[in-house]
Amino acid sequence: MDKRSVYLDHQTTTPVLEEVLQAMLPYFREAYGSPSSLHRYGLQVREGLKEARQQVARMINAESDEDLIFTSGGTESANLAIKGFADANVRTKGNHIVVSAIEHPSVMNSVEYLTKHGFEVTQVPVDTIGRINPEDVRAAITPKTALVAVHLVNHDIGTIQPVKEIGKITAEKGIALYADALAAAGWMPIDVQDLGVQLLSFSPHHFYGPKGIGVLYRNRKARVTSHIHGGVQEGGRRAGTENVPAIIGAGVAADFAVREMAQRVEHVAMLQKRLYDGMWKKIQYIKLNGPVPGPLRICNTLNLSTEFIEGEGQLLLLDYQGIAVASGSSCVSKSLKVSHVLSAIKLDHALAQGNIIMSLGKDNTVEDVDYVLETFPKIVDKLRNMSPMWKEFEEGVIDSVISPTGHGKSFTEHAAAVSGKAAH
Amino acid sequence: MKETKEYTLYNDTVMDHFLNPRNMGDVSEADGVGEVGAAACGDIMKISLKIRDGKIEDARFKTFGCGSAIASSSMATELIKGRTLEEAKNFSNQEVVDALGGLPPVKIHCSVLAEEALKAAIEDYEAKQAGKTGSTELASA
Repeated sequence: MDKRSVYLDHQTTTPVLEEVLQAMLPYFREAYGSPSSLHRYGLQVREGLKEARQQVARMINAESDEDLIFTSGGTESANLAIKGFADANVRTKGNHIVVSAIEHPSVMNSVEYLTKHGFEVTQVPVDTIGRINPEDVRAAITPKTALVAVHLVNHDIGTIQPVKEIGKITAEKGIALYADALAAAGWMPIDVQDLGVQLLSFSPHHFYGPKGIGVLYRNRKARVTSHIHGGVQEGGRRAGTENVPAIIGAGVAADFAVREMAQRVEHVAMLQKRLYDGMWKKIQYIKLNGPVPGPLRICNTLNLSTEFIEGEGQLLLLDYQGIAVASGSSCVSKSLKVSHVLSAIKLDHALAQGNIIMSLGKDNTVEDVDYVLETFPKIVDKLRNMSPMWKEFEEGVIDSVISPTGHGKSFTEHAAAVSGKAAH
Repeated sequence: MKETKEYTLYNDTVMDHFLNPRNMGDVSEADGVGEVGAAACGDIMKISLKIRDGKIEDARFKTFGCGSAIASSSMATELIKGRTLEEAKNFSNQEVVDALGGLPPVKIHCSVLAEEALKAAIEDYEAKQAGKTGSTELASA
């Protein structure tokens, strides 16, 4: 099979749609006014923004387009949702936040910041497929709880969370619920009213919109205090001249996401199933992290751990063959730590090291998937042939975590035994 | 902006040693074997040596680790072949880094792992030698 270019990192970012780009272009040189201006240049742009706001509001069934705040990205939206809400409500509602253990870093680190400023946090654990139990959320709530923050879909392992069930609990207790929809938006229908969330954030570049723009939905029940001070843009909650072309692009991307949702999901889920089935047929000692493809898993991502080899090597060899993927291995992270999500699902360290994340998009084809299925097993063989662990497994010195034979010690014991000396 | 395919995470030398590793495998009937792990990241490296007349005649590696760990072990085995044991004992990871044309700061520990695997293999050889001498002495006594 000829070498192809296969982009399988759509949970990280996507290309902008041609229609998105074309809609944005006039706002660079023709309609370049600031929407705050009172002259016709400003009014022209204001009209464009209004439409974009409505398009985005429709995508999540917001009660009003005035419930949307445009920010610089998903990260700023998460920061504003958590820190802005905490600031606005600490005196009236309390200083306790409930969060799941596997949230995106933008949520985790915003919450951690608050702990240095008088807040207390309870992290709700997840099960081995990364699901939050709503009853654990209920149990974590105290009279001081101001906010519950849980994501709709996990960005690493694709687990869909029971946000609606959690929404019933927070409604019953009169506590605000914030859902990070970063990994969900564009890949599953979102209805903020049905979910019962008061805050929800996402990033249009995850579904063919531009980078540099984020959305925070915030309904009237949830007050947030601005963290970027200046003019009264975005209802006074996010100062600074609007990133007009990106907002226009976000609107068009949202519009297409709504109109093409069913066909995108169907196509991508078909590819996901083909990739999953093929992998498990062709490769031994491989584990899926997160739920099997189906109702509990977002349609576009697979998170795999291939035993006895490390993730960055897989990523590099795939890249060399034209296939772009991500990895949660410690070797890939700048901190040399495995992804906190993989730790939270109690994945064995050896398997966390061999981690690869493949996320499909609407433009991937059956041929792309077949190319990956032909290429990846060869890469696994090459790296296993190079790995001392593989031979030691074959010789019975160490055992498999995925399919234990009962012979040999665990990888972790073995690694500890040979790591007697510190690395530095 | 160059074409996508022209970009690589590591420099050409590192990529070459990762994609086409030298001396990959195990020396058969090795005189010394060293296997070490990096506490920092979990990588594991194994170097096996054939030693003849106080010199490293052959060196091979196996590595469970990232691209720079594989490249570091490939380069380390290339560098130490033909060296005397005394020279090899003074081997430093900096030599690997230099020969590879540099590694990102966060990946320097990969080259340290190669140095440690080599030194562990030499220690293993010397322990075996001492054992042999010891048993000979015992036998003659």
